[in-house]
Amino acid sequence: MAERTYLQAISDGLRQEMRRDKRVFVLGEDVGVYGGAFKVTLGFQEEFGAWRVIDAPLSETAIMGGATGAAIMGMRPVAEMQFADFVSCAWDHLVTVAAKQRWRAGTPVPIVLRLPSGGGFSGGPFHSQNPESSFAHIPGLKCVCPATPEDAKGLIVAAIEDPNPVLFFEHKHLYRRIKGEVPDERYVTPIGKARTHREGEDVSVITWGAMVYTADEAAKQLPDASVEIIDLRSVMPWDKEAVLASVRKTSKVLVLHEDTRTGGFGGEIAATIAEEAFEDLDAPVRRITAPDTPVPFSPPLEKAFIPQVEDVLRGLKELIEY
Amino acid sequence: MAISRVAEPSGSLQDVKEWGLDREDLLQIYRNMVMTRGVEERGHILYRQGKIPGSFYTGRGNEASSVGVATAMGGDDVGTPLHRDMGVHITRGVEPWRIFAQYMGRADGPTHGRDGNVHMADQRLGLIAMVSHLPAMLPVAVGAALAFRIREEKRVAIAWSGEGAMARGDAHEGMNFAGVRKLPVVFICDNNQWAYSTPSHLEYAVEHLADRAQAYGFDGVVVDGTDVLAVYREAKYAIEKARDGGGPTLIECQTLRMEGHAVHDDAFYVPKELFERWAERDPLERYRSWLRENVDMTDEEEDEITGYVKKLLNEALQRAEESPMPDPSTLLEGVYATPEDLDTPHHK
Repeated sequence: MAERTYLQAISDGLRQEMRRDKRVFVLGEDVGVYGGAFKVTLGFQEEFGAWRVIDAPLSETAIMGGATGAAIMGMRPVAEMQFADFVSCAWDHLVTVAAKQRWRAGTPVPIVLRLPSGGGFSGGPFHSQNPESSFAHIPGLKCVCPATPEDAKGLIVAAIEDPNPVLFFEHKHLYRRIKGEVPDERYVTPIGKARTHREGEDVSVITWGAMVYTADEAAKQLPDASVEIIDLRSVMPWDKEAVLASVRKTSKVLVLHEDTRTGGFGGEIAATIAEEAFEDLDAPVRRITAPDTPVPFSPPLEKAFIPQVEDVLRGLKELIEY
Repeated sequence: MAISRVAEPSGSLQDVKEWGLDREDLLQIYRNMVMTRGVEERGHILYRQGKIPGSFYTGRGNEASSVGVATAMGGDDVGTPLHRDMGVHITRGVEPWRIFAQYMGRADGPTHGRDGNVHMADQRLGLIAMVSHLPAMLPVAVGAALAFRIREEKRVAIAWSGEGAMARGDAHEGMNFAGVRKLPVVFICDNNQWAYSTPSHLEYAVEHLADRAQAYGFDGVVVDGTDVLAVYREAKYAIEKARDGGGPTLIECQTLRMEGHAVHDDAFYVPKELFERWAERDPLERYRSWLRENVDMTDEEEDEITGYVKKLLNEALQRAEESPMPDPSTLLEGVYATPEDLDTPHHK
């Protein structure tokens, strides 16, 4: 065990997989000589060479399409969008080709697509988004959103092992801010299993990614309440059983995400709770999300956009008092 | 002024032998072309009989181009043929009964009724199933070539497109990446002059689409797409060049789409004279004449080929019609792959 940042943990997991499996290679913009915009692949090209750590032209379509073709030919590409926002340029290959190929043509497409996502540092409308719900909606794709360094490493390994296209949403605001103990050896964190971040009895918070820490801070500020925090770790597949078990225990639930509200994945969670645990509820399911706007640039606007600790506190108090 | 090279027409038997084709190969090419057209003609009948759900697409006029290129591919080479390229599937050896089953949405089609038309491929034959977003397959083929380059395998990927598909960004990104990395990929553009109802002059402004190759740092060639041996020669040269590390080539095969975009479309917008002019260059008839003149194809040989194709397609139709419709209870299966699914020819 060693203390690693969230970013180092991703880097460690990826490096370990590249050392043990020659089929794994990295493809993206500035991933080689420069080591990636956030330095996740720093030093990789020196170790693995220019044909396993490939600097692509500024061509998200070619990166994603190229990863698809290489995966069909038996490779295990780990492609990178420099920012998750740019996945819009790769949508067609992800959604039209990679996601449907197994189902309609019988051809598995084992790809990991790394997506530095999330806001909190004035990245503005095009460097801050959390587009996981758009892809969770696409049959054939998996969407992983780790919150801790330990999960970041175990889930990148799971994503590389997985025989499907896996979108790996790594939250930029956690990269260097979050540290934790991470095992040195190789391990796999299963995709689709939630983690109980904090045990509680009175109210459940269902969340993932950076919002786990926002929820945790809010829970700490309510010493008289017993708040349970479920970190989903992945939204497709998502751990419905863990969520329903928590709802049955606390009977009050707050769904929290950094993505915008309408069509956000929180709606799916709330609907599932309404369908399958209605009788267990003592209060309406509450959602706290970003509003339905693009992500703003200026700090006071961005603070108003991203759910804050005080927003979660307010939601928790309302639920507790209901 | 054209920047690409305009290929010579096919030559004498002596030339052909130099490209590595013997008499048996030449007759096999003809057999594949007859089979290709036969499959699509039978498809029309099935459609009129109401046995094909949805629409129906053919590649009439493109037989020489598709069969010529596929004949030039090596056994371990791969490709992404599109909906005018039935000849590629035939030449690579797909069983025609499975094509008919695919057309009719039956359980035994390559996609088991999950997709229709020529949206199919047998990966054991080195083919990757197309999507309707046609140029999307260009970067996929480039990715296959990237895999070959990383593993230092002497294999080549073939990326098909039409002149319409060449207008989209995927084509640019795919060709640019392939050029930058000198990947072993050959781009085949079946220029059949009409993208649905849109004529070429509204799709691109260069003289030849193959001229674009120079902008990506590789060679462009224009070839008569109704001349199967000329197509073969140019494809063979480009494929072996790519195999030897010489990088990509863009081959533009000039043809005319001899039918509508799909069966519902009567192509009223294509001038009648154009159809008449290109009908005189029918790829099958051209090649049949060449075989008669150059390798003395006999009446018996010709009858054997047409008889063989007729019998095979009759049996294929019957077998396809016996194939059941897919079981609705299987709908949810296989959205996600399992680790066992990776045990494919490519993944071993």
